[in-house]
Amino acid sequence: MNRTQVRKVSDKAMTVLFYLSALSLLLFICGVAAFLIRRGWNILSFDFITEPPKDGMTSGGISTPLIGTLELIAVSMAAAIPIGVATGLYFAEYAGDNGMTKVLRLSIRSLAGVPSVIFGLFGLSMFVIFMKFGSCLLSAGLTLACLSLPLIVTVSEQAFLAVPKDYREASYALGATKAQTIFKVVFPSAASTIITGVILAIGRVAGETAPIMFTGAAYFAPNVAKSVFDQVMALPYHIYVLATSSTDIEAAQPIQYGAILVLIGFVLGTSAVGIVARAKLSSVDRR
Amino acid sequence: MKVTNMLKIAPRRTDSKNFGGTKDKIMSLSVFSVSMAGIILMVFILGFLMTNGLPVLGESSLSEIFFSSDWYPTEEPPALGMLPLIAGTLAATLFSSVLALPVSVALAVFTAEVAPKGLRSFMKVLMELLGFVPSIVLGFLGMMVLAPWMQDKFEMASGLNLLNASLLLGFLIIPVVASLAEEALSSVPRDLRDASYALGATRWETIRKVVIPYARPGITAGALLGVMRALGETMVVLMVAGGAAIIPLALTDPVRPLTSTIAAEMGETPVGSAHYHALFFAGLILLVITLGINILSLYFEKRGGRA
Repeated sequence: MNRTQVRKVSDKAMTVLFYLSALSLLLFICGVAAFLIRRGWNILSFDFITEPPKDGMTSGGISTPLIGTLELIAVSMAAAIPIGVATGLYFAEYAGDNGMTKVLRLSIRSLAGVPSVIFGLFGLSMFVIFMKFGSCLLSAGLTLACLSLPLIVTVSEQAFLAVPKDYREASYALGATKAQTIFKVVFPSAASTIITGVILAIGRVAGETAPIMFTGAAYFAPNVAKSVFDQVMALPYHIYVLATSSTDIEAAQPIQYGAILVLIGFVLGTSAVGIVARAKLSSVDRR
Repeated sequence: MKVTNMLKIAPRRTDSKNFGGTKDKIMSLSVFSVSMAGIILMVFILGFLMTNGLPVLGESSLSEIFFSSDWYPTEEPPALGMLPLIAGTLAATLFSSVLALPVSVALAVFTAEVAPKGLRSFMKVLMELLGFVPSIVLGFLGMMVLAPWMQDKFEMASGLNLLNASLLLGFLIIPVVASLAEEALSSVPRDLRDASYALGATRWETIRKVVIPYARPGITAGALLGVMRALGETMVVLMVAGGAAIIPLALTDPVRPLTSTIAAEMGETPVGSAHYHALFFAGLILLVITLGINILSLYFEKRGGRA
């Protein structure tokens, strides 16, 4: 073989190798998914998600942890959305190229890299102990809000920046002030993109375990949290408890796989909606 | 008449200081002050970790914490040597990175350069979606499936060990690194590829000699963010690393990284005890390392943007 042939063959070989690496990943994912579905499918039913855990968590369903997770999402988003969107708005519309903006950008970037267990430590020392909320829904929700803040800031900044400059100029030309322009023009055009970002943040928050372990997640709670000062059961922490300290491993196993399926379904379902909606929106923008 | 009126108004309105009046000022001031929450939060995290973690130095010396391998925090007096915990964190991070980074870059190259258009967007969505898989799921699989399998197949003393944790951490960071590396590769200008093809280079030669070198700072930044993720991951190592506070000498040794130590012991520690302060100090070590890596990756990102 001459040199050109060697080059062509090695090019083909690498292409095959790349396809194989992607294919093996796909097969692996399908294998894991099939395994989880086979193990957990039988227990999935309407009763499973509407009944609370019973008999020391060896029978019954997962309603309390599931509702607890929804409550945590509600509390964390109620705190994170206003702050996150305002920060995104600041970056996109107000921030000058000065030191303060740089420090804020660096802070948001650093927050995005803080390990989740550190948020747990922070939540414990700040909300549970220093602010005396105790271990409860509010503390855990606020801790999760801190964790999701950088994600919401980044998405909303991008959403605001994606609003065409013409819209703002048209609004100013009509005599609108900056505040009016933001509320009546920029906000409505950016809203749908921000919502997709919030959906992604929900997907992230729903699966987190470490930050809530010592800020408000309950090992077991007989009832759904009725106030923000109650402890909550949360689906990811419930899975952890079932896996590590179940009293009857045989009986708990189908519940574990069922709970895993529900968690994955919820997290990947919301994230997929967010990702696909975002892709749709950005392709509309480009037109 | 009307024209002159407009002219009179116009200069006042374009004066940006007064434009919009008080309402605009209130608006910009409130947006600014709410945005400061980001800075305050970061300062508070550092502050709370320091005020709760640094008091441990009253109970124990820095050299004991960093160089003693005795971690018996509940004994009297407590032994707070974090060397095995730090070694566990570094070992798990190192092995997972060694496993995951080459695979991630290969997947990124496949997605950005090799795959046809439809497959490309599918891979991008898949990577992003995989990045959302909760770590508790991986920890659970490691504990219930991978550990017993390794125990049976390779006759290990326990399947809960450094190898198991590294495999799962590696799988966890693949989507993170692959997505970021793919972005870096896609942002390489079309012209460079065209120029390379025009010189008669094959696709693989173009990838290896033109695209990857150009995207290297971006790929490095992504790899660093992946390493940072592995370093800070908690649930996976808590469930599958084995939890023994020893310095690992083999892949089959159990480890107890900093993150899992914090997660496992925080719940049972009396607030204000030496052990409590020690766990916050462990958190502080982690936070400082991750901040360092984060800033390093920011540096590479900036360099990539300029190149």
